[in-house]
Amino acid sequence: MATQTASLPRTTEGKRAQPVGLIALTVFTALMLLAASYMAFIYAPTEATMGAVQRIFYFHVGAAWAGALAFLVTVVAGVLYLIKGTRKWDIVGLSSVEVGLALITITLASGPVWAQFAWGKPWTWDPKLTASAVMWLSYAAYLMLRQGIEDPTRRARFGAVYGIIAFASVIMVFFGVRFITATIHPVVIGQSASTAEGDFGMTARMLHAMLFSFVTFTFVFATLLWHRIRLERLSDRVDAIKARLLTR
Amino acid sequence: MAVEREERLTTQPLVVKPAYRPAGLFRASAAVAWKDLRAELRSKETVSAMFVFALLAIMIFSFALEFDRTGRQASAAGVLWVTLIFAGTLGLGRSLNREKDQGCLDGLLLAPVDRSALYFGKLAGNFIFMMVVAIVLLPLITVLFDVSMFKPLVGVVLLMGILGYAGVGTLISSMSVYARGREVLLPILLLPIALSILIPAVRATRGLLEGVTFDELRVWFNLLAGTNVIYIALAYMLFDFVVEE
Repeated sequence: MATQTASLPRTTEGKRAQPVGLIALTVFTALMLLAASYMAFIYAPTEATMGAVQRIFYFHVGAAWAGALAFLVTVVAGVLYLIKGTRKWDIVGLSSVEVGLALITITLASGPVWAQFAWGKPWTWDPKLTASAVMWLSYAAYLMLRQGIEDPTRRARFGAVYGIIAFASVIMVFFGVRFITATIHPVVIGQSASTAEGDFGMTARMLHAMLFSFVTFTFVFATLLWHRIRLERLSDRVDAIKARLLTR
Repeated sequence: MAVEREERLTTQPLVVKPAYRPAGLFRASAAVAWKDLRAELRSKETVSAMFVFALLAIMIFSFALEFDRTGRQASAAGVLWVTLIFAGTLGLGRSLNREKDQGCLDGLLLAPVDRSALYFGKLAGNFIFMMVVAIVLLPLITVLFDVSMFKPLVGVVLLMGILGYAGVGTLISSMSVYARGREVLLPILLLPIALSILIPAVRATRGLLEGVTFDELRVWFNLLAGTNVIYIALAYMLFDFVVEE
């Protein structure tokens, strides 16, 4: 009896501390974020017609990129889960959706602030905006689907399947909307549509700030993903320990 | 003696003749679809519910949006599709809930045929139910909204849009059927995914009603066809994982 109770803390003890790599990555990402803020607010020149509000753009686009990357990771994790059936890939898929949702929330929240000045109103029912909002909703639906299913393996399987299907909404936002030439939303990569409003030519410094923001948000995504995966692992372990204690 | 008999037994070729030939994918799908159609022809539950709902939706749209003549004509395409999509979720939900509740789903899954047959059969059933509703809605909207829906290309858009919607809807309803609060969950899961079908379908229909040439609408037809291919191919590949026990 005494040995059994003693064995419980020991299994958790060794892994309670965060891995050194994660701590290092977190600190590095925090520094990157500071640097990215410097790039966006001081290094990059003020845009001629829109003024200071244009600086939102660096984080808006960076978060959108990282969000799309997160949802892509979910697709890859989903495919790997369906092939291999290991819990690891289910955790990656779920974690990536949650982090991606947070990042897209940044994009959706920062967009209207910019649009208030650039377009004169915070929201228009432009295809690109609508598709982005729907993309957010489809990943919220992913979480609701998981919540509604009791059986863990079925939950994981359905999560993988829906994570793959929902990526259609990401494609719609980033590529499908290009079909629709009437969008007023400017694009960063390639030529904006002739109907785009608030488009601007980027100077070299603006380009630097933007590229730096892309890299920074990639790091933000990686850091958050690692934390979230670790959290899910810990939660799994708590469940396992609980089950062990209850069956004793 | 005993040895001899044993030898004879073992040397007999071990061929188990199947009592029947397993049906091919097409025949099996057709059987599932035919089962759904026959059940529907007898009970008329699903299509009548979809139809009454669609009728109500059109009435509510007309009242709530207080159309004038031009507004009514401009919104006919949107009203048609929103009504169809919502009525479609009713049909899609019933299609699999019914199987699950009566324990028929397990029976269908035990059948010695490719499981995709269940997907394609259900898809065909849902497609036909929605098409029936659409065909009844066309003259109704023509009269009520004072705009002629009877154009061959509108029919093509309807076929493509409903096919894609039923295609992805069948997959998603086969997942939501296992979830808690499935009636609530189905539209939440399905509508965001169906948007990439709804947008081109509405734009193409509206363009056709306004007399825009096909060349200008080609982009919407391409988008609709592309989405259909992607969704149905994905659903075909993923369905096995959904119904796996």
